[in-house]
Parts: sequence; C-alpha cells; structure tokens
Amino acid sequence: MNQILQDRPQPAATGRSKAPAAVEFRAVSKRYGPVKAVQDVSFSITRGTLVTLLGPSGCGKTSTLRLVAGLEHPSEGRILIDGQDVTHLSAAERDVSMVFQSYALFPHMTVMENVCYGLRASGIRRAEAEAMAAEKLATVGLAGFEKRLPSELSGGQQQRVAVARAIVLEPKVLLFDEPLSNLDAKLRRRVRADIRELQRKLDLTVVYVTHDQEEALAVSDRIIVMRSGVIVQDGTPRDLYERPSNRFIADFIGNANLLPVTIRRTDAVMAEVRVGSASLRLPHRDVADGPAELAVRPQCLSLRARPPGQGELPGRIRKAAYLGDHMEYEVVLDELGTELLVEDPAMAKPLQEGAAVAVALDPAGAVVVPA
Amino acid sequence: MRKNVIFRGKLLPLLLLLPQLVITGLFFFWPAGQAIWSSMLREDAFGLSSNFVGLENFTDVILDPTWRAAAGTTAVFAFSVAILALSVALLLAVQADKAIRGSSLYKTLLIWPYAVAPAVAAVLWLFLFHPQIGLIGRALSTAQIAWDYRLNGGQAMLLVIVASAWKQVSYNFIFFLAGLQSIPKSVLEAAAIDGARPVRRFWTVVFPLLSPTSFFLLTVNLVYAFFDTFGVIHALTQGGPAKATETLIYKVYIDGVENLNLGSSAAQSVILMLIVIAMTVVQFRFIERKVHY
Repeated sequence: MNQILQDRPQPAATGRSKAPAAVEFRAVSKRYGPVKAVQDVSFSITRGTLVTLLGPSGCGKTSTLRLVAGLEHPSEGRILIDGQDVTHLSAAERDVSMVFQSYALFPHMTVMENVCYGLRASGIRRAEAEAMAAEKLATVGLAGFEKRLPSELSGGQQQRVAVARAIVLEPKVLLFDEPLSNLDAKLRRRVRADIRELQRKLDLTVVYVTHDQEEALAVSDRIIVMRSGVIVQDGTPRDLYERPSNRFIADFIGNANLLPVTIRRTDAVMAEVRVGSASLRLPHRDVADGPAELAVRPQCLSLRARPPGQGELPGRIRKAAYLGDHMEYEVVLDELGTELLVEDPAMAKPLQEGAAVAVALDPAGAVVVPA
Repeated sequence: MRKNVIFRGKLLPLLLLLPQLVITGLFFFWPAGQAIWSSMLREDAFGLSSNFVGLENFTDVILDPTWRAAAGTTAVFAFSVAILALSVALLLAVQADKAIRGSSLYKTLLIWPYAVAPAVAAVLWLFLFHPQIGLIGRALSTAQIAWDYRLNGGQAMLLVIVASAWKQVSYNFIFFLAGLQSIPKSVLEAAAIDGARPVRRFWTVVFPLLSPTSFFLLTVNLVYAFFDTFGVIHALTQGGPAKATETLIYKVYIDGVENLNLGSSAAQSVILMLIVIAMTVVQFRFIERKVHY
C-alpha cells in the first residue's frame, strides 16, 4: 500500500505490554505559519483505553486530535497507529474514525446511508454493509430510524448516528471532538456515560477532546492536559486531581485556591508549610525549600464565626451566595490579602457578608505545588 | 417577528403598487399581449391589411419543416451550451475552492467574461477562429486542417456553442463557488475519515449537495441559450451555413424582421414563451420537491 510502512517496523515504545500502542506520538510538532499549535508532543495510548486531551481553548488539543485523524500532518515528528508509521498517510488511508463536534452527517443521505458510507467506500457490498450498519444503529438505540434524514432527527439522535457511523468501521482508534458541546446539560451526563459504556463494551481505543475538566474526570482512563501546544501533565484523573504538577493544573482541574506559602522540608516525605501565621505539616512532593504555593480545594476550607485558633487564619467574608446544595463564600484573608473561594455544605445558618471568620484548612484537600 | 400592516382602504395600497404595476404592464404584459394578438393575424402580401386567422399561424409553424429543423438545432445548441458552460464552470469552481495562493485574483479574472456583450464576445471568437484573419483559424489552415465555419455546418455549430458557453461560464462559476463554499468542511472531512478518496468524495458528497445550485443553473443556462445567444449567432454565422446554426430565436428574427412575415414570427415567439414558462415551472417544482434535503 505504501513504502513508508515498510521502512521502519516499529516495536512498542511503552514497556507495559508486548502489543504496540494504539497511538503513539514521537516529538510531534505542528506549525501554521509562525504559529506553533503543537510543540514537541510525545505520548502513547494503550489499546482499549479512553484518553482525554484536556485544556483551555487554543491549547492544541484539537490540532493533536486532527493529527491523529490525518486531517492535519505534522511539521516534525512521527505518528504511529498500532505500530505502523502513518505520519504521511491521508485521513482516508488511516484506520481511524471520528465523531465531529458538529456531527458532520451527510445531509442528503438517510441515517442508513450515512452509516453505510464508509463501508461502501471500502468496497463492501450493499446488503452486507446494511446488515452491519443496522446492527450498530441498534447498538446506539436508533433501530427504526434508518429511513430518516439527519434533518428529521434531534441533536442527540444525530450524534448517535455519528457514533454509529464511526464504530461501524471498527477503527483502531475512535476520536471524539468535543462531542457534548452541542447538547443540553441534562443530556450531556447521559451521553458521556453512554460513550464510556460503549467504549468498555466494544473495547475501543478512544481519544477524546474536551475543555471541560468535569467531563474529562468522569469519562477518562487517562488525561493529557495541554496548554499552549505542550503537554503540562499526563496521568489518571486521580493523579491530576490529587497530585497536580503545577499551579495551572491545580487551578484548571478542580478550581483550587492558590495560597503563597513557605516550605521547609523536615524529612524525606513531609515538610512544614507556613501560611501566614499558621503552619501545617504536608508532603513536600519534591518541591524545593522556600516560597511555594498551596492549592486548596474550595470544599476543603471551613469557616467559623469566631477568632482564629491554632492553625487557623483570620479572614472576612466579602460575598455569600446561596447555590441550592451549598453556600459559596468569597473570603479575603487578613494577613495575606488573598481571596479564597469556599464551598460550605452547611446551609442552615449561613454566615453574613462582612463577618469576621476563622478559616481552617483540611490538610487532606491541600497540596504543595511549585511557585 | 414580522409585523403585518393592514390598510383600511383599497386606494393607498393600490397607489403604492402603481409604479411597479405600470412598469410590468407597459413593458411585459402589453408587448406579450401584442405578440399573442399578432400571432393570430395574417398580413397581405403588401402589408396593407391584416385579418384574423385564429390558430392557423401556429399550425403552419408546427407543420413547417424548416421550423422543426430549427427546433432540433435549438435543442442540440441549448443542451450543448448548458452542459459545456456548467461543466467547465464546475471544474473551475472546484479548483478555485481549494485554498490556493492568488485565488482571489483568479476568481476576479474568471468573472470578467460575464461583462462582455454577446456580440463582442462573438467578435473575440471570430478573431480567433476566422479562417483568414483568426489566429487559430490560420494556424489550422497552415496545419492542413480544413477549417472554415462559414462553409462547414458542424464547425459553425461548434463555434457558436463554444462562444456562447464561454460567456456563461462566469455566471455559473460564481454560483458554483458559492455553493461549494456553503458545504461544511467537516462533512468533507467526515467523508475522508470514512475512507473516501477525493474523487469519490466529489461524486458522493459534493456533487449531490450542489444539486439545488446545478438545477437552478441548468434552467438559467437553457433560457440563456434559447434567447440571449442571438447576438453571438448573428455576429458569427447569421444562422448559416445553410441554416446549420439557425435556432428558434434566430428564425423569429429572420421571419419577422427580414422576411416581414409578422404573424408567423409572432406565433413562433409565443411558442418560445410557452417553452420558457414550462421550463421555469418544472424547475420550481423540482427544486421545491425533489432536490430538498
């Protein structure tokens, strides 16, 4: 089929298993003129896992996905799918499928024709293609809709057609580009659960792009966080949430408060962390002695309407908001001048705006990150 | 959102519509009515009197073998012009749709021929293909190829088709380009990801999505070939040689203006009018019912 495949049969780069990774990026960069959309990105994705590319808009996650699909080609580096070098192959020649943000259904074709399209393009006879398509349409719960046109379906149904069209080709990698962004909030939860269930049931390798950290945490086996075209952190949802590698991750995943602190290591694991007049004992996570930052989740701060005791900080409530299932306070710390976001599940006696409070930190929800 | 204004009297709305009604009546309905009336009259040999003959002019026209020949010529001519102009325009539009350097200049230049008057367009082609003074015509003679559209009916037909189509390519190009640009990029990418190569993508996705544009343009081009090509034919071949390029519209002119057979000429134009009305109705029906998705 092509010469590139033959010149370097690549063994798997990951040591985890003998089988080659489903997708592997080796120092891939993509430039659009002077703009570097993706810079020196390397990762590998294990077969049968769902990996999310997460980051704010313009971080390079969609470019990375399009590089996997073959809709863009790297300026530098190599891309391997299932151990084969596909760097120079077009989208049509790669064994990947994609569910587009806009679904990108063919508007002039019925649901059945849409799902059959790729099968027919690869030379499968109509009857056989239609049988395969009908099976996948049943999988996504759209049996009986074969004769409809996309314009006669709701947004959620259109998306399921797009999913059926993608999985019917049994691709080595299935790509999702912000699949939930055109759905309403209620449907999003269900669809993301459906996608996860489908991925597990069919043992698919999925690369999923989103800018929504909650969505990423909910669906992923692994999350690759990107920013300005580079990978910031790559790990399981738990890794990212509990052990952020820097303040960007702490802020982006879980909306953490960041406090200026000074740390001093006391042994191989723990350090003394000074926050204003208070002091805590926390793991230092290899952050050097001296100024650093403490990331604290809004739900791991608690407020008391009394003078601060041992290990507590004095503050004043600037804003209080009732959000139904919890109270949200904005508190300014007297000593540091830092503004904190606090989520308090105690609703019975909300604290008043302007009240002086003692702020207590739960060490379980606080991690040290480099300044 | 739309606000309906209701006038109490009948006078004011009529007054507001009057300018348009006058223009339509004076320049469209009156001449058309005159044509229909004339088509039912027959003049004496000296043009001094005319008498009413009913539909006799029509039966004469339809039974006339030269009219039938012209109808056949028109069919060949009109479909050839439409197909040629449409396919060349589509090819150019597909090329222009690709993101290429200098594409805006390319697009601007392609629109120019539309601004050229039919007779001038014909003269330009004459300067290319005239056997004695045309650049290509002389080159063909030098190469021992017998080229003279003034004697060879097939060559004459070819020349008027090419000249007429050339003028219409620009118009079609604009519409095709707009049609291509309205196809979402992601739909084409989805086809590519599904394994369809460029040629298959064109025939299975792009071409069907352009079909409303194509049907609209087909009608416009046929109407153009029926009516607006008079100038091209008149300047290049005058319907000859031996009526090889005499289309219906050209025959209307010859019979009415040259031969002064006004009744027959009027009957022929009424038939042409009916043909165009029929084509327009078919187009609207077809676009509304079939080509919708």
